[in-house]
Amino acid sequence: MAAPRVSIQTADFDVSAELEALRRSDHRVGAVCSFVGTVRMANQGDKAPQVLSMELEHYPGMTEKAIEAMIDEAHRRFDIFAARVVHRVGLLMPGDQIVLAAVTSAHRGQSFQACEFLMDYLKTQAPFWKKERTPQGEQWVDARVSDDQALARWGIRAGNAG
Amino acid sequence: MKVQLRYFASVREAMGRGAEERQTSASSLAGLREELIALGEPYAQAIGGSKSVRMALDQVMADRDMPLREGAEIAFFPPVTGG
Repeated sequence: MAAPRVSIQTADFDVSAELEALRRSDHRVGAVCSFVGTVRMANQGDKAPQVLSMELEHYPGMTEKAIEAMIDEAHRRFDIFAARVVHRVGLLMPGDQIVLAAVTSAHRGQSFQACEFLMDYLKTQAPFWKKERTPQGEQWVDARVSDDQALARWGIRAGNAG
Repeated sequence: MKVQLRYFASVREAMGRGAEERQTSASSLAGLREELIALGEPYAQAIGGSKSVRMALDQVMADRDMPLREGAEIAFFPPVTGG
């Protein structure tokens, strides 16, 4: 059975184990590119209140489908061998890992690009929502126009934040 | 026709529930949203006005013009903030 491409989980993930599995999955692999997103202590700029914790909500069923579709699109656009996305939900603390996107290819260029494409796509099109707890209370994190702009350079109009 | 509605994040909080089943005569997502807002609270507060609300139809991000069908699952939620 093929390894899962998408995991949505409350548990933390082991980046080394994930990358090793990817690198050993195909003898043609010459490059493994990965991105790890983590919880910032001050999310909305340095002057923002300190983040004590973060709660991540998602849309079970749709989330997995949406990211599977993104990986399919990455395979169409780039010369890559495999891609893997792990995204955590539930209660997270500053410094915790939130998301892993990892891609393999023969040479670095394609996996670098595909990894960035996956993250740009995910940030604006995957149904996750973040709620921060700060000393001043709880607040939902606003979507960023800059994330829509990041996706636009791949020729995809997001319209998430607007 | 009968449709399944799902609410997430701030929309879920404003609605006070995560899901419900409703009868609708709307033919599109936009029509359904208008119909719900016309019911007053909590819909008007949760998905009304100039609020930036995104919609999904059968678990795929959807445009407001998408047609509805019997038994469809429609979700309303704020802009997404994953990653």
